[in-house]
Amino acid sequence: MIAELAHYCLILALCLALIQGTLPLLGAARLQARWMALARPLACGQFLFVSLAFAGLIVCLVNNDFSLLYVASNSNSRLPVYYRIAASWGGHEGSLLLWTEMLGLWSCAVALLSWQLPERTVARVLGVMGLISVGFLCFMLFTSNPFERLLSPPLDGRDLNPLLQDIGMIIHPPLLYMGYVGFSVAFAFAIAALIGGQLDAAWARWSRPWTLVAWLFLTLGILVGSFWAYYELGWGGWWFWDAVENASFMPWLVGTALLHSLAVTEKRGSFKNWTVLLAIICFSLSLLGTFLVRSGVLTSVHAFATDPRRGLYILLFLAVVVGGSLTLYAWRAPSVGLGGRFALWSRETTLLLNNVLLLSAAATVLLGTLYPLFLDALNLGKISVGPPYFEAVFVPLMLPVLWLMGAGPYVRWKSAELAPLLRRLRWVALLCVALLVGIACYAATPMVMLGLGSAGWVLASTASHLRERLGHGTADSGWLRRLRKQPRSYWGMLLAHAGIGVFVIGVTMVKGYEHSEDRAMQVGESATVAGYTFRFTALRDIQGPNYTAAQGTFEVSDGTRVLTLLRPEKRLYTVQNMPMTEAAIDRGALRDLYVSLGELTEQGVWVVRFQHKPMVSWIWAGCLLMAAGGALAATDRRYRLKRSRLASA
Amino acid sequence: MKRFLLPLGLFVALLGFLAVGLQRDPREIPSPFIGKTAPPFKVAELMDPQRLVAPADMQNKVWLLNVWASWCSSCRQEHPVLMEFAQQNVVPIVGLDYKDVRADGINWLQQYGNPYQYSAFDADGRIGIDYGVYGVPETFVIDKHGVIRLKHVGPITPEVIAQKLIPLIKELNRA
Repeated sequence: MIAELAHYCLILALCLALIQGTLPLLGAARLQARWMALARPLACGQFLFVSLAFAGLIVCLVNNDFSLLYVASNSNSRLPVYYRIAASWGGHEGSLLLWTEMLGLWSCAVALLSWQLPERTVARVLGVMGLISVGFLCFMLFTSNPFERLLSPPLDGRDLNPLLQDIGMIIHPPLLYMGYVGFSVAFAFAIAALIGGQLDAAWARWSRPWTLVAWLFLTLGILVGSFWAYYELGWGGWWFWDAVENASFMPWLVGTALLHSLAVTEKRGSFKNWTVLLAIICFSLSLLGTFLVRSGVLTSVHAFATDPRRGLYILLFLAVVVGGSLTLYAWRAPSVGLGGRFALWSRETTLLLNNVLLLSAAATVLLGTLYPLFLDALNLGKISVGPPYFEAVFVPLMLPVLWLMGAGPYVRWKSAELAPLLRRLRWVALLCVALLVGIACYAATPMVMLGLGSAGWVLASTASHLRERLGHGTADSGWLRRLRKQPRSYWGMLLAHAGIGVFVIGVTMVKGYEHSEDRAMQVGESATVAGYTFRFTALRDIQGPNYTAAQGTFEVSDGTRVLTLLRPEKRLYTVQNMPMTEAAIDRGALRDLYVSLGELTEQGVWVVRFQHKPMVSWIWAGCLLMAAGGALAATDRRYRLKRSRLASA
Repeated sequence: MKRFLLPLGLFVALLGFLAVGLQRDPREIPSPFIGKTAPPFKVAELMDPQRLVAPADMQNKVWLLNVWASWCSSCRQEHPVLMEFAQQNVVPIVGLDYKDVRADGINWLQQYGNPYQYSAFDADGRIGIDYGVYGVPETFVIDKHGVIRLKHVGPITPEVIAQKLIPLIKELNRA
C-alpha cells in the first residue's frame, strides 16, 4: 500500500513538474503575472510529493517489504537498519529518486530564497528546473520505477552490495548529488538569462552563491568518495581515474572555472558569453556523468546497475537538454556584447588563463574517459586508458594553475603593471627558492620538488596577501579591526586557495614517498616496514550481522614503544558470497599506517599488505579547507544583505 | 554566429559516439589468442592419470576446450547446459580441470555427469596461463588446424550455443 501511494506521489510530482516546466515559462514570455506566480508554489509542491515518494521507499526498505523488486534486490532482513535506509540510494532506481529529490530541494530553495529577483527571472529559472525534473521523473516512471512489485516475493532480499555497506557510502551519494544537481541552478539561471537576453552583473551576482554551494557540496562529495575508496576498497589507493570518478571530477573542474568566470562577470561585466557557456557545460557534464554511470557504456568499478534501454533514454534526454541549450546559446550569444575591456596584464587575464587551463584539464579528462568508447565505436580495437595517461596530461596543466593562483589575487582588475607585482611577490618567491634548496638537500625527486615548491608558492603567496591587506590602512584602525572587516568572500578565497596548497602537499608526499610491502605471515611473526614493526599477535573469527570475518590483530611499534593495535578484517558477506577486505588504518597528521589482510594461502599463512603513507590526511584536509572556503564565500554579506533588507521591507 | 555553433557541433559529435557506444559491450574483450595456434600441452588425464593427453589428439577435428573447476560455482550453473550440448553430439568437448584437487574433480564428474571426451588435469594452472585464462569457466573453439577461433568468457548458456557456437562450428566443419 505504501509503495502504491509513493508511486502515486511520483506521478503527481510529474504532473506538477509538467505545469512548472510550461506555464511559468510561457507566462514570462507573455508577461502573464499569474502564470509566473505559479512557479514558486509548484516547485514547493513538487518537492513535497517527491519527498513523500522518497520517504515511502525508505519505509518499505526499513519494513523489509521484499514484494518490492527494489527492496528485494538491494536489501536484506539481516542488514542493519541504517544501511537499509541508505539502500534507498544504493541501487539504480533509488539513486535516480535521490537525484530527483535533490533537484526538488534545490528548486524549493530557489523558490524560497529568491525574493530579491525579478518575477520573470524566477519564473524562467524554476521553469527550466521543472523541465529537467520532468525528464528525470519520466525516466524513473517509464524505465526505472523503484516501486515495481514482484508477483512472487522472495523470503529475503539479495542484500545491499557489501562495498556500499559503509558509513562513507551512506553520505557520499547525497553529497555528490547535491553538488551535481546544484549546478542545475547555475544552468537554469544561464538559460533564463539567455532567453531573456539579460546577461549582466546582476545575473552573475544571483548565480554566484548557488554555484558556490553546489561546488562546495561536490567538493565534499568527491572527498568522501575518495576517502571511502581509500579505506574500503582495501588497497590504499585514493584516486583511480576510474570512469565514474572522472565523471564527478569533470563538473568539479568546470565548476571551479565557472566560479572564477562568474567573479569577472559580476565585478567587470566581461566574459559573459564564456560564463554562460561554462554554466551549460558544467551541468551537461553532470548529466553526462549520470549517463556514464547508469548506461554501462564504460567499464567501471562503480557500474552497479546498467541497462542499455535506460542508457538510450538518458542519451535522448542529454540530446534534448544539452543540444537544446547549446542551440539556444548559438542563437542568443552573438547579441550579448563584450562588456568591460581589459589590458593584457590584468586580473581578467589571469582568470581567463585559469579558465582555459581548467577547461583544458576537464577536456583531457573527458578525452581519456571516453577514448576507449571512441576507439570501440570506430572499430579500432578495445583499450583502456589508465592513470599513466591522466597523470601525464593532468599534472602539466595543473602546475600553471597553481602558479597563477598564487599571483592572481595580487593583480589589479582592468590593467596592472608588472613591476609592482614582482616587488610584492619577491619575498614569497625567495622563500620558495629557499624551500626548494632545502628540499633538494634531502635528495628529492624532481616531481616532489615541483609539487612541494608549487604548494609552497600557493601557501606563501596566499598568506602574504593576507598580511598585506592587514598591514595597509590608517593608523587609527588596528590590524585586529581590519581582520574583522575583511569580507567573508575574501576569507573564502584565501581558505580555498590554501586548501589547494595543502592538498598538493598531501598528493606530492603520498605519490613521492608512499611505501608498500606484501608479506606472507603467520600468527606470532613480525614484519618491519618503513621503520615500524608490525607483530601479528592474534587471529580470530568474528560474526557480523550479515557477514563472517577473520580478524587479525597487529601490534604496531616504532622500536621503542607500542603505538597502537590494528585490526584488519577479511569479511565474507554471506548473502552475496562476496569477500571484502576491511583495512585497518592508524591515522596521523604526518603519516597513515595501513594494514590489510590479503589471501589465506596455506593453513594459517596470510598475505598481509603493509603501507606507510606520508601525509595522506593532508589530501582530505585540503579538500575540507576548499569546501569551507566555498561556504564562507557563499554566505558573504553582499548576498545576505539583500535578503534581510528585502525581508524587512 | 559560426563560432557560437562550435560547442553544439562538438556535442553532436560526442552524442554520435555515445549512441554507438551504447550498442557495444565494454566487458567483451577479444582474446589475443584468437587466430593463433592453440598452445600445446601434454599432461595427465583427470580420471586416468596414466594417460597423457594433448591438443594433438584432436587434430583434424573442430573441438571445444572448456575450462572448469570443481570449486567454481558458475561451472555448476553451466554444467547442465554442457551435458545437454554433449548429448547432441555436435562437437567433441574437452575439459581442462583448472587449479583443482584431483579427487574433487573426479567426484564432481561422477556426481553431475561427464560431458567431456576427456579432461586435461591442470593442477598448478600452468596450461591456464598459456591459454590466457583469467576466470573460470571459459570456452575455446579450436578448428581442424588447431587454431583458436573463439573464446567465450563466463558460463555457456543455451543462447550462446545457439547464436555463437553452432553457427561457427558449422562453418568450421565445412571448411
